[in-house]
Amino acid sequence: MVWVNDVIQGILVGGLYALFACGLSLMFGVMKVINLAHGDLAIIGGYIAVGVIAVTHIPVLWSFVIVVPLMAVLGYVLQRTVIQAALDRSILTTLLVTFGLSVVIENALLEFVNANSHSLGVNDAIITSSFSIGSQISIAYLLLLIFVVAVVVLLSLQYFLSRSRYGRLIRAVADDREAAQLSGIDYRHVFGIAAAIAFATVALAGIAYGMYSQFSPTTGTDTILLFAFAAVVIGGLGSLWGTLLGGVVLGVAQAIGAQISGSDEFLAGYIVFLAVLVLRPQGLIARRATS
Amino acid sequence: MSEPAGHAPEASEPILEVRELTVHHGQLRALDHISLRVFPGEVYAIIGANGAGKSTLLRTIAGLHQPTEGSIRYDGQDVTRIRPERRAISGIVMVPEGRRLFGSLTVEENLQVGATYARRGPWTIERVYELFSWMKDRRAQRTEQLSGGEQQAVAIGRALVANPRVLMLDELSLGLAPVVVQRIYGMLPEILATGLTVLLVEQDVSQALRVASHLQCLLEGRTTLEGKPSEVTPEQVEVAYFGLRTAPAGEGSEEP
Repeated sequence: MVWVNDVIQGILVGGLYALFACGLSLMFGVMKVINLAHGDLAIIGGYIAVGVIAVTHIPVLWSFVIVVPLMAVLGYVLQRTVIQAALDRSILTTLLVTFGLSVVIENALLEFVNANSHSLGVNDAIITSSFSIGSQISIAYLLLLIFVVAVVVLLSLQYFLSRSRYGRLIRAVADDREAAQLSGIDYRHVFGIAAAIAFATVALAGIAYGMYSQFSPTTGTDTILLFAFAAVVIGGLGSLWGTLLGGVVLGVAQAIGAQISGSDEFLAGYIVFLAVLVLRPQGLIARRATS
Repeated sequence: MSEPAGHAPEASEPILEVRELTVHHGQLRALDHISLRVFPGEVYAIIGANGAGKSTLLRTIAGLHQPTEGSIRYDGQDVTRIRPERRAISGIVMVPEGRRLFGSLTVEENLQVGATYARRGPWTIERVYELFSWMKDRRAQRTEQLSGGEQQAVAIGRALVANPRVLMLDELSLGLAPVVVQRIYGMLPEILATGLTVLLVEQDVSQALRVASHLQCLLEGRTTLEGKPSEVTPEQVEVAYFGLRTAPAGEGSEEP
């Protein structure tokens, strides 16, 4: 029963990791940008939520109503300015630029927010309470909620990409941006839209992490970015549902590792990550190759 | 076949005018002071061997390359510095070499993308399905699963639904069987009947001569021949195409 509980906890945490990962995967899938500032941006989302709650006193769970649109706008602006300028030079430049962005964000946070840890909604009953199934399995409402949110986000993303006009343009631009231009499409604007969507999911990831645990200015790179990368690589780069599968596999591996020994939690996750890299580098769900 | 507009002074202003266009690819001069005037309703064919600069010319007119010198006027306006997507929306639409379909999209989605910023006009997705009768039944297939000729038809359809005024066709015949090429060029009269102008690039000279109302031959980035197909002789075309001199001063004697 202990193992069943571990697997269930792992699956639920996997929802959180999928939230970390899907924005990273989307930006890579559409514009081939590996956003090394991804985790720091999630943390910015967390800090914005702290600020918004302090000022407006809205419930933690509703903070996303303000944080998500703010981050989406930030995503569009960053894509149209800094990231696009890097893309115009080369794909490699985007790595350098987003790495620089990551360093700038971390240091700015240390400067202006200080290095103390923050968390969101520790006094909320729904965030701290759980329910039991039998004697061994205890499920936190929060983790269940995050998992459901992750699934809803992925479902909506898939629906948007496959059914909507902008979703179609995003896929077209990802396939061949020059051909898209010949059809009258401003691919820079479409990239901006894709980045806005990615940043909206990043905001959700930041808020979810703030409720689940504590964050400080360095949490973005030492936790969120790493787990996002691991989930994306395990699941398959550019595949949306792969991020959920990758997140779940990572979560379960960590839970089982922790059961074996408390210090093996993260090690177990990275062993799975390395095993996938070696044995199935395209990820568990390979994205269909486009010509 | 629709009437070629001809170059009579009362015909009209050129819809597309290229003046002294020079384009470099790095150090290489791909186009060297090329000029052309395309009049409404024409089928203007640019022929030439591999590397003559034909595709560069079309891509520059589409806005994908920036010229180092010269200008491009469309419908009386200078579009030399206008972005490619703005040119497409204003009615200069290119079917690129190699078709360049959106491979992960279905046939219908490719057409929908082409129609996103369409001008008003006769072409709709339904009309394209009428032109290529097989297409409607296979509209839900991904374009990767189509044959080369079918992909070319989708690429043409994707350009047509934008309702271009100038349709540019870059090497339609490339990589296709002759019978398929015939069939695709056979569609041209029906397309022209809707009132658009065609500027095409073709390596297959006989194909170009068959459909063109005006002909221009490029060689190493320069114009070597220009005129109506009825006014040029096959010998002239051959010389212009391959750059062989007609041995004016005994040079020809060195040829085997």
